Amino acid sequence: MPLKVIMPKLGESVVDGTVNRWLKHEGDQVQEFESLLEVETAKVTTEIPSPAEGVLLKIIVQEGETVDAGVILAWIGNVGEQLPEDPSGSKPAVRNTTISANDLKGESEVFSGQTQMPSKELGFVSPVVAKLAAENKLDLTLITGTGENGRITKKDVLDFISHQQPKKHQQSEPAPWETPGSGDLFKPTVNIYPSQPTTSQDTAAPQTSLIKSRDTMLPMTTKRKAIADHMIMSKHTSAHVTTIMEADLSRIITHKLVNQQQFEVDGLKLTFTPYFVASAAQALAQFPLINSSWSEKGIILHHDINIGMAVSLGEDGLIVPIIRNADRLSLSGLARAVNDLSTRARSKKLSPDETTGGTFSITNHGTGRSLFATPIINQPQCSILGVGAITKRAVVVSDAIAIRSMVYLSLTFDHRILDGNSADAFLSKVVDTLENWQ
Amino acid sequence: MPEMVLVDAIRLAMEEELARDERVFVVGEDVGKRGGVFRATVGLYDKFGAERVIDSPLAELSIVGVGIGAALYGMRPICEIQFADFIYPAMNQIISEAAKMCYRSNGDWTVPMVIRAPYGGGIGGGLYHSQSLEAFFTHVPGLKVVIPSNPYDAKGLLKSAIRDPNPVIFFEPKKGYRLIKGEVPDSDYTVPIGPAQVSKAGTDVSVFAYGMMHYYTLQAAEKLASEGISVEVVDLRTLYPVDRPTILASVKKTGKALIVYEDNFTGGYGAEIAATIADGAFTDLDAPVKRLAGPDVPGVPFSHPLQEWFMPNPEKIADAIRDLTKW
Repeated sequence: MPLKVIMPKLGESVVDGTVNRWLKHEGDQVQEFESLLEVETAKVTTEIPSPAEGVLLKIIVQEGETVDAGVILAWIGNVGEQLPEDPSGSKPAVRNTTISANDLKGESEVFSGQTQMPSKELGFVSPVVAKLAAENKLDLTLITGTGENGRITKKDVLDFISHQQPKKHQQSEPAPWETPGSGDLFKPTVNIYPSQPTTSQDTAAPQTSLIKSRDTMLPMTTKRKAIADHMIMSKHTSAHVTTIMEADLSRIITHKLVNQQQFEVDGLKLTFTPYFVASAAQALAQFPLINSSWSEKGIILHHDINIGMAVSLGEDGLIVPIIRNADRLSLSGLARAVNDLSTRARSKKLSPDETTGGTFSITNHGTGRSLFATPIINQPQCSILGVGAITKRAVVVSDAIAIRSMVYLSLTFDHRILDGNSADAFLSKVVDTLENWQ
Repeated sequence: MPEMVLVDAIRLAMEEELARDERVFVVGEDVGKRGGVFRATVGLYDKFGAERVIDSPLAELSIVGVGIGAALYGMRPICEIQFADFIYPAMNQIISEAAKMCYRSNGDWTVPMVIRAPYGGGIGGGLYHSQSLEAFFTHVPGLKVVIPSNPYDAKGLLKSAIRDPNPVIFFEPKKGYRLIKGEVPDSDYTVPIGPAQVSKAGTDVSVFAYGMMHYYTLQAAEKLASEGISVEVVDLRTLYPVDRPTILASVKKTGKALIVYEDNFTGGYGAEIAATIADGAFTDLDAPVKRLAGPDVPGVPFSHPLQEWFMPNPEKIADAIRDLTKW
């Protein structure tokens, strides 16, 4: 019996994946657990192992195609084995290449209230029903079928159209960003804002006219698109305010010099990052309002302190792996976590769950000599700490000018959740912890 | 307007044309003195004489061959094949000579001939007196194939066929000869060969039929109207050339199509209509295109229960429409 290779659910909030590259060709012999293909999700790129030993009989989903989790990617079996009549198993639901019920959905005004509901099984859509739905921009999931096994008949569509006509324009649902309800906070933005006229279709038309003959179009990657969507969504969602303080890192530098040898003995490279994570974790424990998320019903305080640490992947964008329960880790524990996550992030070996569930983020833009910046909040978090470049500067200490290793810390916070006073208190705590490091 | 049965309308058409045009003559087995086994030519022998209503030998090949020869000499023969089942000996004459004459002589010669042939089952005729042969002839360009379903059309179409410059195969539903009644004007009118007719307008399902099956379909549609099912019935009337625009317009309206024919299912004429719909009305379909036809057995059985099993009838047609409505 041939065996299916299916698109796995690569993490809690990941619903689809793009086939980047097939590492095996049809007809190739593969071992169990041998890597078959590389899949890219909004968060990570990972390799999918073969579920069994055998021959790669047929590739269903081609490179570059994006499909939902659970879709059959390929078949593994013995040479000459017959595949089922419909080897793709119903439909692979390849985005943008086949007509799905979604494509038949019309303007947001008709179905905006429905976008977050899982789409109902439509059953067979007859040619004329598909045509009517497309012409009238109907969401077929809203129509009750009276045909055999609940099939939507032409009559059902015509009845629906004749009844639905008058109220079509009255329902102006609140814009999605006005109700970032709790349940959606952890969904990928593409799911929550499928028709959001942000960076995608609506601006695409004018943009193409910008291309001159000597210009080049970089093909859109899944990751770039996800970052773009997330950034715009965050800007639309939170009331961004940035406050900036500076910290004297003299004690930290001394502590690092004294301890890094011991860390090396333990196989760890001691960097500044664990100090910032530790200071932030301590401050978060003291100011729980920072470790929170906004919802219309109230502010959600998170009891776990999970700190995301932005890691640049160069031109491949950036990724934010999560250090879970950072407040419970020692400096060496944090150093170990930072080492491990950043190494694996750069080699694209992170599991998707390691990038979700953060409650606060730190971005170390100082590595690029930036003194201070105004980072964008990683939704649905409340704030993000930007760490600037550590530079020696002349500062006044006890009415004398001294040379000190200084750093600017910028905290971007959501003004809906807290006010400047609380944010400054939190940031002060971070500065105090760094300056008085024990 | 006098009401008459189908066979009398056919006789009237021939009588009028014999009187109107002296080139017209009738030839066939027992069409003269006897007036035809179905009485379709009764009285014509007495009125027009033995030279214009000719009793032929029992040889279909010669009936058609005589017709082709006479037609080429400028006559307008009406050849009667006593039962359509007996037409096979004349196939070579019909297909290789009559159908091709105009084309192969580049229009210099034509065969203005009508072959009348009673067809169809349900009359206890068994294997050799029940056949439906339209599919053999609709496959042959150069022939026109006409099947009337009511007395009015029968008279008008037969007169058009007689006046047509090329050969016309005129199949007559013999079960309906005395069963199907209708008003027929005395006047000299014709019904054009080609156009189909929406004989009953409806919104739920389109049913395409001709001849006896059209008559049954109307009965089924009437019955279903009381159940709230609105059936559109299209009488094809001319099978070749077929009226595709009328067929497609009806499917566009209803989204569902059933074709009824009493020939064997496979390769029957309804398959051509189904293909026409699949091709020309795909995006208007709301259900599969369905066919109701005789089963694929070599002939209409003589045994009455088996004949019932073979023949589509108003009940079977109504059931098929109900299924499509539910779909």
